[in-house]
Amino acid sequence: MVRCFLIHTVCPVSALSSGESRVLYSRVFGPDEGAWSDPDRGLSPEERRLLQKEKITVVARQVRSAVSLSREASGRLLVETVSGEEALALQEADGGVARLRAGDPFSEEMSALWLAVQSLGFTLVCEPHENLLLAEGTLRNLTRHCLETLHMLGPGSEVLLRSNRVDALLSRLLPHGQLLFLNHRFAQSLEKEVAAYLAK
Amino acid sequence: MYAHSSESLIKQAREIQESELQKFHSRLGKLLQGKELGHEAVDSLQRLHIILSATKYTRTLPPELHKRVKALLSSPAEQFQVLSSAVLRETLPPSGQELNYNQDNFLQLNSHAAALLLSQAGSRADLSSLCAQLLRSLESRQSEGPANSLTHTLPILNTILTHSPDCLTEDHVTLLSKKLVDWLRYASITQGGGVPSGGFFTGPRSRQPVPTAELDGTVSGDFFTVLCVGQGFTEDQWMNVYSFSMLRHWLLTYHSVSNGNNTADTDDRSEVDGSVVSMVSATSSSSRLLPPKERLREKAFQYCQRLIEQSDRKAHKRTDTDLQKACLVEAVCILDCVCGEDASLVYRTFPCIKALFGRLSSDLSFARVLLPIAQFYLNHGEMAAVDCECVWKLVFGRFPAELFNNQFLAHELLRFLRLNLESLQLRVPQYSHSFPNLLKFLAWDSPAVVDDFVDLLPSLVTAGTAVELLHTLLDLPCLSATLVLQVRSTCLPISEPGGRGLLSLDAFRSQSFRGLFLFLLRGEAGSGDTIDRLSTLHELLAETADWSRVVQCAQTVPVLLHIFFNTVIAVADEKLLAHLVQVMLERSSLLLNIPKYNKEIHRVFSSHLLRLCKLHPSLVVDQSHELLEFAGATAKVYSKEEIYTHVVWVLGEYLSVSCDSRCSVKLITSCFETLEAVLFEITSSAPPPGADCPVPRVVTSLMSALAKLASRSHDLIPRVSLFLSKLRTVTRGGPVAWCSDEEDLVAIVTRGEELWSLLKAPGVAQSVLTPPALVTSPQWHRDTNVAMLLRLRALTNLTHSQ
Repeated sequence: MVRCFLIHTVCPVSALSSGESRVLYSRVFGPDEGAWSDPDRGLSPEERRLLQKEKITVVARQVRSAVSLSREASGRLLVETVSGEEALALQEADGGVARLRAGDPFSEEMSALWLAVQSLGFTLVCEPHENLLLAEGTLRNLTRHCLETLHMLGPGSEVLLRSNRVDALLSRLLPHGQLLFLNHRFAQSLEKEVAAYLAK
Repeated sequence: MYAHSSESLIKQAREIQESELQKFHSRLGKLLQGKELGHEAVDSLQRLHIILSATKYTRTLPPELHKRVKALLSSPAEQFQVLSSAVLRETLPPSGQELNYNQDNFLQLNSHAAALLLSQAGSRADLSSLCAQLLRSLESRQSEGPANSLTHTLPILNTILTHSPDCLTEDHVTLLSKKLVDWLRYASITQGGGVPSGGFFTGPRSRQPVPTAELDGTVSGDFFTVLCVGQGFTEDQWMNVYSFSMLRHWLLTYHSVSNGNNTADTDDRSEVDGSVVSMVSATSSSSRLLPPKERLREKAFQYCQRLIEQSDRKAHKRTDTDLQKACLVEAVCILDCVCGEDASLVYRTFPCIKALFGRLSSDLSFARVLLPIAQFYLNHGEMAAVDCECVWKLVFGRFPAELFNNQFLAHELLRFLRLNLESLQLRVPQYSHSFPNLLKFLAWDSPAVVDDFVDLLPSLVTAGTAVELLHTLLDLPCLSATLVLQVRSTCLPISEPGGRGLLSLDAFRSQSFRGLFLFLLRGEAGSGDTIDRLSTLHELLAETADWSRVVQCAQTVPVLLHIFFNTVIAVADEKLLAHLVQVMLERSSLLLNIPKYNKEIHRVFSSHLLRLCKLHPSLVVDQSHELLEFAGATAKVYSKEEIYTHVVWVLGEYLSVSCDSRCSVKLITSCFETLEAVLFEITSSAPPPGADCPVPRVVTSLMSALAKLASRSHDLIPRVSLFLSKLRTVTRGGPVAWCSDEEDLVAIVTRGEELWSLLKAPGVAQSVLTPPALVTSPQWHRDTNVAMLLRLRALTNLTHSQ
């Protein structure tokens, strides 16, 4: 299962210190693991929510660091693409996977798959036994849709203002965090549904 | 791409004034009262979502508004379902409005409302009743609701399983097993949807059911799977996809071997091994006689076999080819799981897995599929008496050597190693010799995999390969540079048009230095600890010292060295430890010249040299020749003062008869003379051109070492005392060339005076500077003389009132 999906910055943000990342969209799937794990039993719902938000921030920060180290090592120059060049942007994107140790921040070990398109990162946090090949394909697909429907290559803050579109997309392609084995026909059918939603 | 406008939106949302917020709430409340909800309502709800989610502290909604938003969960327009679910997930219900998990109207639950229920479930009981409701809706086969109202059931159940598998009762598990069997194995094999694939002239008569097709276009000849296509899909075909997507997790949760239900299978394995005939008949008999769980296992087995066969077809689309690979991985994992549960399936499965291995092993693009196959071999190979040699050759040979730059493969392969460490160490004899290859992953992408190597390195430290491993770790940055050169060499043309060629690249390609690089790129340990021309190699790679990959790699080496030394102490005998000390001394001046790298390595060496000598003091006498050779080189005082100080210290501390009976007066004297010469040299003249003044600590440790040695061989005391008094005289005359700081000089002289006065009483000096072991590990309460005092004091304190 996928625990969460994030869209966050991987470039320096003036309001934040250098290693930090601004989370623009986050969706945690399933019940809150803090609801009955022993150390958190004493927490109120507000505290649990706070803890969850903090965990998301930690993931974003770790991926940010992984992205910048990976970009530094590869020495490739960032190609600026504009609206309309989504396919190119996706091709040029850096991808990787970071190991999140048990406790840091989730109670079990997780794998954080990431795709960095210029200044934004798209991250899927998966449980360890998950099929990472499938997850990788799903992440690419999600990223492509996000780039297109939210016009992310242009200026603008569509991610924040149109987060319901991402929600609708996720409810089809990654329902409740379930990765789906979709051949091109099934995928087409779901994408048609999403397109119908976006048209409204 | 990331706009300033997003930042200001978030700021506004966080800093919104209470009064403004209340106005917004009431405006939104009014909007939601209207019959027709339009764009304004959507925008306002979206803004409410931003306000709630922009801060990590919870904001609550006024009860009226909360109620109105909640009502939107069952709105016919999906946009409002989505928005209300998103909004409510970011806040908490006001008291009295908590979600009731025992309601019966879950039958109409849409996906977004279900997401809310999931996220706010506060206890196992809540989840259990949610499960029960969902299963009831599955059972009753809703025909009124929209087609995909059933499809989100399985994902929801799957996510509940992750957190709390006991939310499903035994009956639920049985029910769902039956349903899964139906969907997986008996989904319709005709295309759904209303569009007939006929042409212009087809009429209603020819609207016959069209069978589904395979990915290469041929008509499907067997049951429906995720790799079948059609113009449209029926509901049970959708459920086929959802069922398969959760199948592995289901099997892992309810069918794992540790599950108590499998005692019938795991008992008396000898029976299973012995009678092949009975197994064949068991498989061919009608599986309807099997209980639901076993039936599901059998159907899962068949499904996976079909997928493996289907994956051999040439798909028309690239995304389908990728899906085939993902399906192969999943199928092999599921087969691994069911074979673990029911050992008799191993014999049926192995031929298929072997054939798959044979098909894929030569194609590196299938490397990630081959890892689950390797897991299968590891788990069941012994039982089936299959030779796994070819598998390990791939995993430990070709994959690291040729695919070191594939991030995902590295992650998965290292995870495979971590999870199966014990098994691998038992079954794969070449594991401990494969570190030159495995370390290529680290050399290429250190930040991503260093965590894995922190876990794996201890298993790679064996007495036989320890020295070679140490050399390899020290030269990891060189390996890193070499891998970069290797990759560049294949990409760049032989001669660059600009003429600005890389020296290192030329060296890499030239015949005369080939051997050096080939040694670094070797796949297995055992052909030699290191090469003679190491310094040549370092010179050739000098320009790579500022390449990011090399620098990142260099930063991980100290941590790995610490782990190495901590582990090796447990497995090494004194001979090996002596060898390691030699290596440390040798290599301290033989490292790739990356800024800070040398210093860091010296620091690691120093601390472990200390530790080793403390554990085995006789090492010092044993290696006295090498240590003295090191200590006698005055140049080291200026370039390697950290490690030099420690070498001097261990010589002073442990070169004594009480540590090793082989220590002779001659040895002590020769050591004394070596150190005296160095001390004399550095305190009598200015440092050589280009070097800083010697660090004060070096001077004081030399003095202390000399004093310690003298306290063991009293003829040497006059020589030390003479030197120390001369030192005092010289420094009284003003600043000296070899010490630039006034305070440092004072400290040095003070130390000198302390030692000088100590040495005036040789007996005292001896007990202070060379204390017997008894003194250094005191156990005062056991000593008959001291214990009485302690007892009296304790009693006094207890009995006297404060």
